[in-house]
Amino acid sequence: MRLGHLFKLAAATIFCCATAVNAAPLKVGFVYVSPIGDAGWTYQHDEARKIVQKEFGDKIETTFVESVAEGADAERVIRNMASHGYDLIFTTSFGYMNPTIKVAKMYPKVKFEHATGYKIENNMGNYQARDYQGRYLAGMVAGAMSKSGTIGYVGAFPIPEVIRGINAYMLGAQATNPAIKMKVVWVNSWHDPAKEREAAESLMLQGADVLTMHTDSAAVVQAAAAKNVYAVGFNSDMSAYGPKIHLTSSVQHWESIYRTKIQAVINGTWKADAVWDGLKEGVVALSPINPVVPKPVVAKVEQYKAEIIAGKRDVYQGPIYKQDGTLAVAQGKALTDAELPKIDWYVKGIEGNVPK
Amino acid sequence: MDIHLLENVLFAMVRTGTPLLLVALGAMMSERAGVLNLGQEGMILVGAVCGFIVAYTSHNMGFGILAGVIGGALVSLIFGFIALTLIANQVATGLALTIFGTGLSAFVGAGYVGQSLIGLAPLEIPLLSKIPLIGKALFAQDILVYLAFVLFAGIFVVMRYTRWGLIIRAVGENPEVAHALGYKVLLVRYCAIMFGGAMAGLAGVYLSLAYTPMWSEGIAAGRGWIALALVVFASWRTERILLGAWLFGFASILHLLLQGYGYEISPNLLAMLPYIVTILVLVMMMTRKQGQGNFAPRSLGQPYYPQR
Repeated sequence: MRLGHLFKLAAATIFCCATAVNAAPLKVGFVYVSPIGDAGWTYQHDEARKIVQKEFGDKIETTFVESVAEGADAERVIRNMASHGYDLIFTTSFGYMNPTIKVAKMYPKVKFEHATGYKIENNMGNYQARDYQGRYLAGMVAGAMSKSGTIGYVGAFPIPEVIRGINAYMLGAQATNPAIKMKVVWVNSWHDPAKEREAAESLMLQGADVLTMHTDSAAVVQAAAAKNVYAVGFNSDMSAYGPKIHLTSSVQHWESIYRTKIQAVINGTWKADAVWDGLKEGVVALSPINPVVPKPVVAKVEQYKAEIIAGKRDVYQGPIYKQDGTLAVAQGKALTDAELPKIDWYVKGIEGNVPK
Repeated sequence: MDIHLLENVLFAMVRTGTPLLLVALGAMMSERAGVLNLGQEGMILVGAVCGFIVAYTSHNMGFGILAGVIGGALVSLIFGFIALTLIANQVATGLALTIFGTGLSAFVGAGYVGQSLIGLAPLEIPLLSKIPLIGKALFAQDILVYLAFVLFAGIFVVMRYTRWGLIIRAVGENPEVAHALGYKVLLVRYCAIMFGGAMAGLAGVYLSLAYTPMWSEGIAAGRGWIALALVVFASWRTERILLGAWLFGFASILHLLLQGYGYEISPNLLAMLPYIVTILVLVMMMTRKQGQGNFAPRSLGQPYYPQR
C-alpha cells in the first residue's frame, strides 16, 4: 500500500469540506490510482478532466484525489466525495470496482462511473478504452521497423487485459511483417522500474530490436534509448524518454467519454451503462509516428486505422491461430465483446507460454 | 550460452546486485554494532528522491549523489534518536521508519514523477574492460558501481584488520563490557546507524540516477527487505554479502532471461527464492552445534543505555 496517500487524504478531506458550500455547478469528482506526473495512465485521465472543465466552464466544478490505493483507502475517498455533495464521481482504476459499488449503494442519488471494470449498478456505469486497437496499429509500426525479425514485450501480469494487448500488437506486427517473432517477459509488477529495465535488457540481449511494454513506468523506453533500440510507448506519448528511438505510443484520450457522461447528467438523461470506446470515438489513438518510419508503412497504418474506424476491419477478425496452430477465430468471424475480456492464449508467432 | 550472452548476464548481475550490496553492507555495519534497523526501504526511498530532485534541479550528478547520501543519513538519525536515546523497540522503530520514508519520499517527490534526466553513463576502464567474460561486468559499469566495490573493500579491511572493526564488534556483542572498557557505546551505535543510512541513501541514488534515471513512488520495490535478508544469508560476513548480492542479482536476471527462451518457471517461485534461501541458511546455522552456528551479533536488537 502506498502510505503517502494519508497526506493527500487529509488534504482532500479539507478540500471537499471547503467546496461543499457552493451547490450551483455540477460537482464532478475523479479518483486516481497513481500520482498524475507528466505521463501515464493517470496523467491521461487528468488531461481529460482539464479539457472538460475548460469546455463546460462554470457549469461544472471538478476535483480530483490522486494516489489513492485500491482497497479500503479508495472506499474512504469515494465515500467522502459522495457525502460532500458530489453529483458524479469517476473512479479510474480496475481495483476501485467493489469499493465504488459499495459506496454507490449507500448514495443512490449520486452517479458513479467506474473505468475498466465489468459491473453495473442502478447508479453506477462503467467505461473503458479499446486499447487493443491502438496496440494493433503500434504493432504494425513495430513489425515494419524490426530488422532482426524479433520484437519484445514486457508485461506486468498475465491477465486478459494485458494478453489482449499482446496479441493485438502481434497481429499488427504480422500485418506488416508476416514472419515476425515476438518474445514476452513478465515482471509480475505494475511498477518496478529497475525490473522493467532489466526485462528490457534481457529482451535486447535475445535479439529483440523493437520493444514495448504494459507496465506503468517508461523504464523500458529509457532502456531502449540507452542502447539505441526502437521502442513503442503506452498510455501517453513517451517520446520524451527517447526522442530518436520512440516510434509511437498507443494512448488514451478520455475526454469524449467524460464529455458525454457529464452532458447526460446535466441534461438529466444519464443512465448506467457500459461504454467501450476505441479509435472510432477518439478515446484510443496513436501519438505522432517518428519520421524514421517509412512513408508506405505510415500510409498502411492510416489505411487500417480508417478501416477499423469505418467498421470494415476488426483487430480480432479471423482467421487467427493460437500458438499450437489450432484455429481460435474462424474466417469471417471476429471475437465479440463478451469473448474479448476472456483471452488467455497467445496468437501464433509469440514465443513462450502464458504463465499459469 | 555463448560468451557474448554470458558476458552480458554477468554485467547485468553486477548491476542488479549493486543496490542490494550497498544496502546490505550498511545494514550489516549497524547490525554488527548491535542495532537492527528495519527502516532500510524507507532510507533507500528518501535517498533516491533527494538525489533525484537535487540532480534534476542543479543539473549536477555529484550534488545529487551527495544529497542522496546525506538524506539517507539524516532520516537514519531519526531512527537513532528514537531507538538509542529514547530506548524504544528497534523493530517497531525500524518499521515506522520504512513507513515514514515511503510516505515522505512520495510527498516530496510528487512534482518530479515522470521527469527524466540523463543518467550516469558507464565508464569503461581501458584494457581491464576488455578482459574476456568478466571485464565487462567489473570494469565497464558506472561510477557508483565502482564506488560500491571500493566501499566493499574498505569495510572488509576495517572489519577484519582494524581496531575500529573490533570496537564495533565488541559493542554489538557485549555493550556492557565495551562500556566498561571505556568505549562510548551509543556514539559507536549512532555512527553505525548513520553509516547504514548513508549506504541506503547511496543505493537509492543508484536507482534514481544510474539504474533507471527517474523518480517514481516506491522505486525501491522491496530491495530494502531483500538486503535485510541478505545480511542474514551472509551471516554478517562482508565477503559473503558480496557473493549473496551477486547471487540474488543473478537469480533475478536468470528469471527474465529464461522467460525469453521459453522456459516455464513460475515468476512467483523465483520471487520467493531469495527468502527461501535465507530461511534455509538460517536453519543450517541454527542446527549447528552451540557456539559455532549462531553468527548474529549477540546483543542485536537489544536496547542498551549506559548506567554508570
